Amino acid sequence: MKKILFSIILFTSSFTLFSQDSPLEIIGNFELNMQSYSIDSAIGAVEPTPERVLNNAYLNLLISKGNFTGGLRYESYLNALKDYDPQYKGNGIPYRFATYTSDGLEVTVGNYYEQFGSGLIFRTYEDKGLGLDNAMDGIRLKYSPVSGLYLKGIIGQSRTYFDYSEGIIRGADAEFIVDELLGLEEQSSCAILGASFVSRFQSDNNPSFVLPENVAAFSTRLNLSFGNINYYGEYAHKINDPVGSMVQSGNNYANGKAIVNNLTYSQKGLGITFESHFVDHMEFRSERAQKKEYIINYIPTLSKQHTYSLLALYPCATQSEGEFGFNTNIFYKIPRKTVLGGKYGTKLNLNFARTNSIQGGTSFLNDIDSLTHNAPIFKIKGETLYFSDFNLEVNKKINKSIKLNLVLAQQTYNKDILEGKPIGEYGIIKSTIAVADVSYKIKKGHTIRMELQTLISEDDPNTTEHGDGNWHMILTEYTISPNWFFAIQDMYNYGNYYESKRLHYVNTSVGFLKGANRFAIGYGKKRAGIFCVGGVCKEVPSSNGFSLNISSSF
Amino acid sequence: MKKLILSIFAISLFTLSSYSQNKNLPSVKVKDLKGKLVNIQSLENDGNPIVISFWATWCKPCKKELNTIAEVYEDWQEDTGVKLVAISIDDSRSASKVKPYVNASGWEYEIYIDANRELARSMGVSTVPHTFLLNSNGKVVWEHKGYIDGDEDELLEQIEHISK
Repeated sequence: MKKILFSIILFTSSFTLFSQDSPLEIIGNFELNMQSYSIDSAIGAVEPTPERVLNNAYLNLLISKGNFTGGLRYESYLNALKDYDPQYKGNGIPYRFATYTSDGLEVTVGNYYEQFGSGLIFRTYEDKGLGLDNAMDGIRLKYSPVSGLYLKGIIGQSRTYFDYSEGIIRGADAEFIVDELLGLEEQSSCAILGASFVSRFQSDNNPSFVLPENVAAFSTRLNLSFGNINYYGEYAHKINDPVGSMVQSGNNYANGKAIVNNLTYSQKGLGITFESHFVDHMEFRSERAQKKEYIINYIPTLSKQHTYSLLALYPCATQSEGEFGFNTNIFYKIPRKTVLGGKYGTKLNLNFARTNSIQGGTSFLNDIDSLTHNAPIFKIKGETLYFSDFNLEVNKKINKSIKLNLVLAQQTYNKDILEGKPIGEYGIIKSTIAVADVSYKIKKGHTIRMELQTLISEDDPNTTEHGDGNWHMILTEYTISPNWFFAIQDMYNYGNYYESKRLHYVNTSVGFLKGANRFAIGYGKKRAGIFCVGGVCKEVPSSNGFSLNISSSF
Repeated sequence: MKKLILSIFAISLFTLSSYSQNKNLPSVKVKDLKGKLVNIQSLENDGNPIVISFWATWCKPCKKELNTIAEVYEDWQEDTGVKLVAISIDDSRSASKVKPYVNASGWEYEIYIDANRELARSMGVSTVPHTFLLNSNGKVVWEHKGYIDGDEDELLEQIEHISK
């Protein structure tokens, strides 16, 4: 408590010390999410505690003056919403920092978020939707000694809920922008090289086994732009990091590695992407424990990030302990004033993504067992399928008042692997999904939009459990620009194997937006499921009740 | 103790808020489509207004907003001299799709990527889309969260209001 008091006083008093040359600026944003919970045994919603209402809220505050910025976030969980971990409890200021820049040197003390390269060995970030925040607390320096060379150094501990990791994370990153270094700017080609190093120190208190106390990871990367073509490649390696189990079979002394290759091409009206990665035993944590809340690296999921409910019903999640995957996209705009393009042109997005196991599985090494191998980095045939998604999206403006978006998708989802269930319980669920989204402008500012979605799924025949079966979804939204929206939606699990679970999940919401403020009230049922953002997922329990959301910035 | 902290917090907020004025752009670096670092404070448009729109390739309303404006962007530029800067918050999962998507869509905007949301955090952006309008002095004079069909009309009114 004293610490908080101290930091507030330090934080606020520091501003009065500055000269009056540049104006003082204060900005920030506030968010509140309140939800009431009613018992609804049919959907599996049971009261969390005797309290009927739970609330999450936070306020970000940033104050800057000239080269100086200070900030803090007040977070309040009274108590945390059911889809958050209950270890978010009470009020506090878990995020505060001060930073200044002087002659090209940027110094940050306190909390910060940082990413090296694409994040394969280090990324700290926050995602309020997922209840994820692994901010660092410590020191960060950034410096550019010459044009084209950018250096970063960090040391600190990573946040988990309201605590910090026992492990101390040290790291450095260098990026060379070759043509800036050589003074060859304004060229159509460009090469960027990067290298990072991260190490975690945690003392070995394990009485039975010798564990590495300094665990290092490094990565190198290359980004080439050549006219319309762009290539990004990154290689990462992590030394052995056993979880510190008391039983020998629980400690894996194998090294980890990851390889990323992305190639894109684009010109006016056409874009093509091909991304792939190979990952073996690459989870990097702030502490020696096998818990995902300690993860401090980021291995992005290779699939399209869908936003329509039924397309996102079975989302892909990266298996950072072992996975090969690729994801390819074609974006094409059929030109306007052609037969297929019509008056306004038609936009197409064809996407295919697929992930599978790596040959031989995750590397494993200790005194009783060993499976360190150089699995081929590009292998599909004969491997266990984790996820695949083949989809086509067509976006068309029919005339001045009608817009249409259509999606057709075929997905396979290895529920046992992706949700960590026992193998053979659900197996692979295949589904076909169709979405039609039409909006019609009634008059200036007034628009009605309707979504119709359907999902037909097929269970794996050789398994013990049944998936959720078929769904329909309908949504109607009426918006009055710039201030109002009204929406009602129903998700209907009409094809569930169990008759008692053939339920409607109806939701209504009303929102008011004005400038930088947004208010929304909702009422309805939410289904239990997996909710993902950027490939990081969480399980959300079912609920039934009112919700209030206020979001504002200043 | 808690009360004391809260009151210090409240008092300091209150006293500081009297200094408050229009936001400036923070000194934060974002990446251009080649991967080069660019300080967002270096944005300029010859004294004409600038619109900054935070978006992502996975955000439907964002794409709707930017596609709608793309159709009339030339007219807007001619009439008001405005420049639109679209800042993608796509992280490494989808950042490589930004350039192909932008080119395929034929957008003529200036595009940057804010992969770990450093700029978004510095400007108080928690969700996308979030649109800011900057006047000739680079000060934020108007901002808007979310997009619903027709919001582009209000944005244009605001641009016209300051470009006169």
